[in-house]
Amino acid sequence: MKQFWKSMLKSPSGVIGLVILLVAISVAVFGPMLFPNSPWRMVQRPFLPPFTLSTVPLGTDALGRDIFAGMIFGARVSLLVGLVSTLAALIVGVPVGAMAGYFGGKVDDALMRFTEFFQTIPSFALAIVLVAILQPSIYSIVASIAVVSWPPVARLVRGEVLSLRTREYVQAAVVTGQSNSWIILREILPNALSPVIVLASLMVATAILLESSLSFLGLGDPNLISWGYMVGAGRTVIRQAWWITVFPGIAILISVLGLNLIGEGLNDALNPRLSREGR
Amino acid sequence: MLSFVAQRVLKGVIVLLAIVVLNFFLIRLAPGDPAIVMAGEAGASDQVFVKQLREKFGLDKPLPEQLFIYVKGVVSLDLGFSFRQQAPVAKLIGERLPATLLLTLTAFAISLTFGILFGTFAARFAGTFFDTAITVFALIFYAMPIFWVALMGILLFSVTMDWLPSFGYETVGANLTGLAHAVDVAEHLIMPAMTLGLFFMATYTRMTRASMLEVKRLDFVKTARAKGLSDAVIQRRHVLRNALLPVVTLAGVHSGTLIGGAVITETVFAWPGIGRLMYDALLQRDYNLLLGVFVICSAMVLTFNLITDLVYRLVDPRIEYAA
Repeated sequence: MKQFWKSMLKSPSGVIGLVILLVAISVAVFGPMLFPNSPWRMVQRPFLPPFTLSTVPLGTDALGRDIFAGMIFGARVSLLVGLVSTLAALIVGVPVGAMAGYFGGKVDDALMRFTEFFQTIPSFALAIVLVAILQPSIYSIVASIAVVSWPPVARLVRGEVLSLRTREYVQAAVVTGQSNSWIILREILPNALSPVIVLASLMVATAILLESSLSFLGLGDPNLISWGYMVGAGRTVIRQAWWITVFPGIAILISVLGLNLIGEGLNDALNPRLSREGR
Repeated sequence: MLSFVAQRVLKGVIVLLAIVVLNFFLIRLAPGDPAIVMAGEAGASDQVFVKQLREKFGLDKPLPEQLFIYVKGVVSLDLGFSFRQQAPVAKLIGERLPATLLLTLTAFAISLTFGILFGTFAARFAGTFFDTAITVFALIFYAMPIFWVALMGILLFSVTMDWLPSFGYETVGANLTGLAHAVDVAEHLIMPAMTLGLFFMATYTRMTRASMLEVKRLDFVKTARAKGLSDAVIQRRHVLRNALLPVVTLAGVHSGTLIGGAVITETVFAWPGIGRLMYDALLQRDYNLLLGVFVICSAMVLTFNLITDLVYRLVDPRIEYAA
């Protein structure tokens, strides 16, 4: 563990990424406490340019709502959706991949056909269709992001399990008569963890991008403010008020960048040989 | 080679059929009567149309029979009727498809060309200032949401500098013909294509750079150097050719993302393709049209995957055609 932090802190991208993520998480957790004003409330005249009033540092949107407050509350939604949908994708992808890799044969064939099928479907189009049909809400957004992002996990885990299965310590566990689930859960998966962690950090970034794109198209949760929604709302008035679209976009850019950098840092620290083709 | 193509086409058709079946169940996932769902918001009030739909899709019959009727319809290219647009879905998509192909293929060509170029350049000068600059830019472009890139492009090139048109496919009412028309369309195409291409360009740059550096270390490159070949020849014939293989694979994997990006790009730039059609269908909750576009998008991705598979087999001498 100590070794891990050492090599993680040695890579510049890992450090920058960690700093960005820590800032983003603290904004998401503590921001709304420091800025109790609802991001939906009118606080000033509409179209107030940024840097004119210190109480509304980034200006207001077409309805006079505080852009800065929206960005702080939006951090919560973006990070939460990113994390939860990645977790959900792992919950689907890890067992599928582990079973395919461990049992092999017909099980492997069937599960991998299924995975390939989901990988062929254009993911964003499927996410749009799913959210539209299930009606936009934070649950349908998380579910549809999970549905479109689990296949790479399954493929990665399958590959890892496939190579770990033939190791001697696994064979030893088979000989001592351990059950399959015990072997998979206790012997194999812990050793397949590090590439999965790297992939997961990159998936959170992709999930944030997906969520913001869905919200931008008007498929966000109508009760929650999010960065994508803010950019989408400012789109029609971009000629009069550039700041409405510029600032929330920067927030998305920085958080996604931070997560990608963390992924790179983790990759260097955990498994220098992992290829990045899978994405 | 031929049997390989036949096999892949067959596999693609099977996947497409599976997607159609998935579509069938998606419609039934929506709350409410599928006939009313298919008719869209406006259709709910028109009893005659809903009744027609109910008869046409045999909604009073058992589920397997309904599925059969639906699949049969899609196979004969009948994707249903858009009540909102008062036109068959297949016709609407057919009209919009060329614009989408123009946009996605241009974006793809731009991203691949510049991605490989920048990636090769960065690998060639690895560790220098150029390399760092290219890598940092690629990282940033890779993290930008496409809709935001599109809006920043409009802000910069249309609003501030007034160089490029910010929306549409051609100048409305100009009635240009021949070369003037082509130039007009090209002017409208630049910004959407660049927007869509930027993300993929960043991806290919990173991939090419990593892959070139990896191949450079391999034994056959040392052999080539020992044979006394010039550096340029080694780079071009030995390193680049082998380094491009993963890039081709990645291009295939990304075709779905390219289509997804087209939905966003077309929406922002009012580009009259199927992505914009999908957005309109979304706004009007025109589920029949939405699912029709979804099927066509999937078919496009499958075709694209097939092509990249073939290209892969052409560029990689190690793979034999006998499948």
